[in-house]
Amino acid sequence: MDFDSLKAVQTGLGTAAVIVMDKSTDVIKAIQRLAYFYKHESCGQCTPCREGTGWMWRVMTRMVKGDAQVSEIDLLQEVSKEIEGHTICALGDAAAWPIQGLIRHFRPEIEARIAAFSKMAAE
Amino acid sequence: MATRKLIVDGKEVEAEETLTLLQACEQAGAEIPRFCFHERLSVAGNCRMCLVEWVGAPKPQASCALQVKDIFPNKDGTPAKINTTSPYARKAREGVMEFLLINHPLDCPICDQGGECDLQDQAMGYGRAAFHRFNENKRAVEDKYMGPLVKTIMTRCIQCTRCVRFATEVAGVPDLGATGRGEDMEITTYLEKAFASELSGNVVDLCPVGALTSKPYAFNARPWELRKTESVDVMDAQGCNIRVDTRGPQVMRVLPRLNEEVNEEWISDKARHACDGLSRQRLDRPYIRVGGKLKPASWAEAFAAIAAKVKDTQPDRMAAIVGDLAAAEEIKALKDLMGALRVANIDCRQDGAKIKGGPRQSYLFNSTIAGVEAADAILLVGANPRWDAPVLNARIRKAWLASGVKVANIGPAVDLTYPAEQLGSDIAVLEQIASGGHAFAKTLSDAKRPMIVLGAGVLTRKDGAAILKLAAKIAGDTGMIGPAGTHAEGGWNGFNILHTAASRVAALDLGFLPGANGRDIAGIVEGAQKGEIDFIYLLGADEFDVAHLGRAFIVYQGSHGDAGAHHADVVLPGAAYTEKDGLYVNFEGRVQRARRATFPPGEAKEDWAILRALSEVLGVKLPYDDRATLVAAIEKDVTHFATLHDAPVHADTSAATWGGIGDSGALDHAPVTSAIADYYLTNAVARASETMAQCSREFVSGSSKMAAE
Repeated sequence: MDFDSLKAVQTGLGTAAVIVMDKSTDVIKAIQRLAYFYKHESCGQCTPCREGTGWMWRVMTRMVKGDAQVSEIDLLQEVSKEIEGHTICALGDAAAWPIQGLIRHFRPEIEARIAAFSKMAAE
Repeated sequence: MATRKLIVDGKEVEAEETLTLLQACEQAGAEIPRFCFHERLSVAGNCRMCLVEWVGAPKPQASCALQVKDIFPNKDGTPAKINTTSPYARKAREGVMEFLLINHPLDCPICDQGGECDLQDQAMGYGRAAFHRFNENKRAVEDKYMGPLVKTIMTRCIQCTRCVRFATEVAGVPDLGATGRGEDMEITTYLEKAFASELSGNVVDLCPVGALTSKPYAFNARPWELRKTESVDVMDAQGCNIRVDTRGPQVMRVLPRLNEEVNEEWISDKARHACDGLSRQRLDRPYIRVGGKLKPASWAEAFAAIAAKVKDTQPDRMAAIVGDLAAAEEIKALKDLMGALRVANIDCRQDGAKIKGGPRQSYLFNSTIAGVEAADAILLVGANPRWDAPVLNARIRKAWLASGVKVANIGPAVDLTYPAEQLGSDIAVLEQIASGGHAFAKTLSDAKRPMIVLGAGVLTRKDGAAILKLAAKIAGDTGMIGPAGTHAEGGWNGFNILHTAASRVAALDLGFLPGANGRDIAGIVEGAQKGEIDFIYLLGADEFDVAHLGRAFIVYQGSHGDAGAHHADVVLPGAAYTEKDGLYVNFEGRVQRARRATFPPGEAKEDWAILRALSEVLGVKLPYDDRATLVAAIEKDVTHFATLHDAPVHADTSAATWGGIGDSGALDHAPVTSAIADYYLTNAVARASETMAQCSREFVSGSSKMAAE
């Protein structure tokens, strides 16, 4: 596990801090918590990060419950792409990546949760 | 200057290295949207609207924050390619626009910025049509108190921080800032205190959205219903270039106009917001005093009353005084009229300034406003530029920021928004500097381009003439004039008089000064009190002791019912500065033309025309029937009136010129005081303005609203 090999699988070592989660972790909730962290840490100087991190966090918060549309997964992906690379510092990029990773690897999980929520709401 | 080749949108251009990429692209003809970038403020780079594509770079580049010198050529040596209209750049900007709009209230129909809003305009270009995918609640922000001039609707704020940068950098008051971070970041004044600057109104122009709008103008008009007239401000003697926006007969607002040499793009709050005084307290018909009360009269009756008095009065018992807002036309007409009546008691220095006529450089701000930026030492004597000419003060601050110019001040210690060495308010300090016995004398003589600025605070003193002489000596001794301080553009002249009256330089140019054996203002007042002056003609003169003119018959011609009109026997309604074409000369000696934006109210007339009509009744008909002939007569008298917009260069070092300034005499050791007691109430228009009264209460009389209350 080094910088280059992780880059090859579309991720990164970052500051080399590692959080280990087992399979009992609600991965959507975990990424929502990361989104909250970035929303909270954004300084507010430049537009994409200031406005985008809050937007992503709010959508993620709904997704934890499943209270969302399936189309909003793509929305989230697009919004994260609009933040990434458009900011002054790297916090915007860092805020975008966990969400992009979630969608890349756990899309079925999000879809299942949305389906479960809408089924429950319909009943 | 070093340049660098770029290919902007397929076009090869040569750009100066000191420019930002945004400016280089604009020079190449590209249009770059922006919110936070402003030429006169520091670069913040935070709105991200100006993103462009630099082919080969991993991400879009903020063109405002990238300097041309940082753009390296491609590996093969070809110039870097910049695309401003490619799908890549466009998509980046569309993304930013979407982010800006998600938390913006989109209340354009009730927003005062509507029609002249950068966000509105750029959303037309970069907003995605019929594309809305933000389903969360919008952010709401509490409005802040910023004083009587700036209205805030902070939910509309896009955090560009232009206002904060303006306050900190140009106005020099650290009153604005941001609190909170992330999406909770809010622009605010600290503890809800008012934005205490004489330039605060400029943040309204700077704000690219409707977050900061003009409080007095709130919900008054839409920009597309206004008629715009380019004119000149008369609230101080700087001659700031303004645009007067009118709807029907009313002046709705005043905005600055770009003039690099005079006001850049700022104007003072008085210039901007005194305009509501133009529709209050107006004199709209002639009046004659009957039984102690002013009664409405016709023009013919008013003229007849004046003619009857003039017929019975000897010329040496008559006098005329020009006020602070008069244009050159009426000054010339009044001078000719008084000349025809053989009246020598005429004066334009109603504050009693001890300036004589003579060579122009003896009463001008010779360094010029733009020249201040080249100065390296400035001695202020009895001048408070922050109040005398706020926009000039911003220029001095700009010079201090750029080069750290050393400023010293003789007079009351005031916060000038830049550090100034306070030399105390005893005029003896000036004597010490003149004799070389003071530390600042060395600073002045070591400086390459030193300046001395004399303000009304010393010129109006009894020993004003002696102070002038002393200042001229210092100017000569420390090499302020001519070769010793030569600068590229034709000679440095560091001797400056800072006038506060817009009419003053024109009146001095035209020689509206006591003739042979004539009385000056003090002599006229004294004469009136002793009963030696029986007839006084006031051309908008309100700023001297009008109440104590004995039993003299007073004719007041002017626009506002102020001190002069209250004590007049005949009132002739004139035009305010927005209601006539007029030539004004600013303190640099720059002749500028004010244009008529509206017509004078009621029966009021243009001032020179009143004097022309009166002259006929008095039997000394003035030889001009229209303004063009009058202006031709002015130009014949004083040739420089033919050259508009240019500041004169006076680098004449002859002893005859500089030795003749002022008079020798003993100095008075009373402390130097400020000439202006209340910045917001310095003339009849400002005193009639409700907005200015509010500002005066807020900022000068000191009943400032505290957050805790």
